[in-house]
Amino acid sequence: MDDTQYEARIAALEAKIAALEGAAEAQPPGDGWKGWAERYGLIVAWIAIILILGAFKPAQMFAWNSYASMLGSNAMVVVLTLALIIPLTTGDFDLSIAATMGLSSMIIAVLNVQQGFDIVSAVIVALAVGAVVGAVNAFFILYFRVFSLIVTLGTGYFISGLILWVADGGTVAGVSMGLIKAVILTRVLGIPVGFYYALILTAAIWYLFQHTTLGRRMLFVGRGREVARLSGVNVTRVRAGALVASSVMASFAGVLYTGMRGVADPSSALAFLLPAFAAAYLGSTAIYPGRFNAIGAFVAVYFLSTGIMGLNFLGVDSFVQNLFYGGGLVVAVAISQLFRGRKEMG
Amino acid sequence: MALDDVSLDVARGEVHGLLGSNGSGKSTLIKVLAGFHDPEPGAEITLYGQRLPLPVAGAEARARGLAFVHQNLGLIPQLSVAENLFMGRFATGSGWALNWRALHREAREIFARFGLTLDPRAEVAGLTAVEQALLAITRAYEDLAAATKDHADRPGVLVLDEPTPFLPRAGVEQLFDLIRRCTATGASVIFVSHDVDEVREITDRATILRDGHLIDTVVTRETSHDGFVERIIGRNLETYGGHAKALDAPEALARVTDLVTEAVGPVAFELHKGEILGLTGLIGSGFDAVPAALYGAAPASGRLTLDGRGQALAMQTPAEALARGIAYLPADRLGAAGVGSLSIGDNIALPVLAKLSSALGLTASRINAHAARLGQAAGVRPNRPALPLEALSGGNAQKVVLAKWLQVSPRLLLLDEPTQGVDVGARQAIWDALDLAAEGGAGVLVASTDYDQLAAICHRVLIFARGGIVAELSGRDLTKDTIAEHCFRSMSRVG
Repeated sequence: MDDTQYEARIAALEAKIAALEGAAEAQPPGDGWKGWAERYGLIVAWIAIILILGAFKPAQMFAWNSYASMLGSNAMVVVLTLALIIPLTTGDFDLSIAATMGLSSMIIAVLNVQQGFDIVSAVIVALAVGAVVGAVNAFFILYFRVFSLIVTLGTGYFISGLILWVADGGTVAGVSMGLIKAVILTRVLGIPVGFYYALILTAAIWYLFQHTTLGRRMLFVGRGREVARLSGVNVTRVRAGALVASSVMASFAGVLYTGMRGVADPSSALAFLLPAFAAAYLGSTAIYPGRFNAIGAFVAVYFLSTGIMGLNFLGVDSFVQNLFYGGGLVVAVAISQLFRGRKEMG
Repeated sequence: MALDDVSLDVARGEVHGLLGSNGSGKSTLIKVLAGFHDPEPGAEITLYGQRLPLPVAGAEARARGLAFVHQNLGLIPQLSVAENLFMGRFATGSGWALNWRALHREAREIFARFGLTLDPRAEVAGLTAVEQALLAITRAYEDLAAATKDHADRPGVLVLDEPTPFLPRAGVEQLFDLIRRCTATGASVIFVSHDVDEVREITDRATILRDGHLIDTVVTRETSHDGFVERIIGRNLETYGGHAKALDAPEALARVTDLVTEAVGPVAFELHKGEILGLTGLIGSGFDAVPAALYGAAPASGRLTLDGRGQALAMQTPAEALARGIAYLPADRLGAAGVGSLSIGDNIALPVLAKLSSALGLTASRINAHAARLGQAAGVRPNRPALPLEALSGGNAQKVVLAKWLQVSPRLLLLDEPTQGVDVGARQAIWDALDLAAEGGAGVLVASTDYDQLAAICHRVLIFARGGIVAELSGRDLTKDTIAEHCFRSMSRVG
């Protein structure tokens, strides 16, 4: 082959490569209808579930009051889910959040009702105890390098024992009206004010994850601990901070839970662990697919509780809650695995 | 093509060496024999008179008398010595109950036969590197014996794939003793190595590969050390001049003293402003531990003085190293250098997040605009910062993680295999970027086994062997061939 022929062939090949690269640059993946469906699919599903259930029970499903009370009564689930996605983002599980929420609730009731603390001090003590729980989790996970799943499984169970001890086995009623007013009796647009706390926290966590340097560092710590370390991030401090933040927020969920009911009981809070996990994982398939994110978590909580509310209207038994949350968790994780091309989970 | 028309014959009771430098095709040959790679049709192996087309499946190969010990040994560290020794029996054996007392006794008997003193109950993770290698070889030999016990005419062929690079001298003696006991029973051993001295000591004959071709099969006794080195690196050992770059007026930038890590030390060297310094050696020589140690990313002791300010390495964290103007690019591109599942923009922005943050915080558009600018300069294709890093080819991903560190204008840039698995075009682009950084007055340290690369970009190259520096090449002495020659010569042991 002579030189001119060779040069011509190379030129043709280069033109072809340039064209291919140009095409690749022009059409980013994740855009187009497929990216849109990924991001907003959960919201569409939420609307769809309202319409479908509404077709059977229009009077209740299309009444603002149903939603107002549903939004208010699930505020603490939103806060608990937000608490959970903080350590999930930095790569740690926290299975002790529900117990921490219950402990906080019980501390407030016992201090306020039995020990004569005013409600503000009781809440402050409950949040401080939350911080201690987080610090204990962080100590065992980071100093002894035990897998977070094991540590928080243990501390969660330990705390559930503490609650029974503090409660002396019974339900504590008669928590200050001040707290009840501050959580549920005050309404804005018909929705209990507790919902707005959850909304504000959602916005705050969204901002933290999406628009702060700390949020980016947390993401790198969770996805590539070695990369973060070699890039000068203090991985231990970030993980410890996330665990403490998670426990304090779980305690705040306990504050809302107590305010919503005016009583504290030793065991009901424990049932919120699975809903929080279901919402965290379901939320990670939406809005910012593939990342635990606050808005996704918020939407997921209300998607799940709308479904449960509607099925209750249809007269389905209360076991539907377990079906919905349990099924929701597995389906959500399966969907997110599909997005990731079914790669082995870390 | 990694291998071209290579043939190898091994005699009964022989130790046959297989030698070659990086990329010579010796690992490909082993992988073809072990059935990991399919050769082109026509390749075959004859084992004890039986002709088989390659590849041969593992169980079939073992029944015919061929077994492998790969470099990673294939031991499970958390299990006991006996559990590892009898792993094959547990995996495919037909029995249900395990009699541990009998198994431990049997293990002790096997070890006694090979002159070893291993405790069958000990955890493998607690054994020394030598003991682990001995265990793996004993296991392979025993598995062979079990697989061929109905055929007294098949004593077996053991393939040992670089079993020695991390072993101390005393361990190598023990290992050779074990190999001799194996061949005394009539078994043959194929001993894969890049260590000329070891091959000369243990083998009867040796086959040398270079660039996928069979160079020669020699009788070890009749071949000198230089004879081996010549065949491995492929030329007469007469030097001809290189054209390594020289610094006009060397000005001190960094000084490393008393550097000690698990694999290195103590070593000391200096680096000048604007200098690209290469570190190399054979696998196991320790050169690759230096960049991480100087960055404070791996346990080390010693002192690094940069721009006149000294710092004890034992006390230095990566964050402090960064603050001193040191940057480190590890070889593990998507494991330690960048996160594949996160976007190119996020990966680039990580070290400069504070700078990119405005009063209202970070925005993706700001991050991506910054990354697009750097990507443009580095020639990243496609230059789309929103893509996950893992979507890029190896070369482009490498440009990204290099750009991540070049943007902080480091005084000292530490690199580990900067162009591994990178295409030719990207390789040149990365070299240009390193040249540019050096011209700006930075010191660049490149740890690599790619002699071509070192000869092309370095002002000076330090050759490591057994944790120390054994040669320094620069100017006319710095060529691909001289580096290879010094690396292979460096294996000559004293005593």
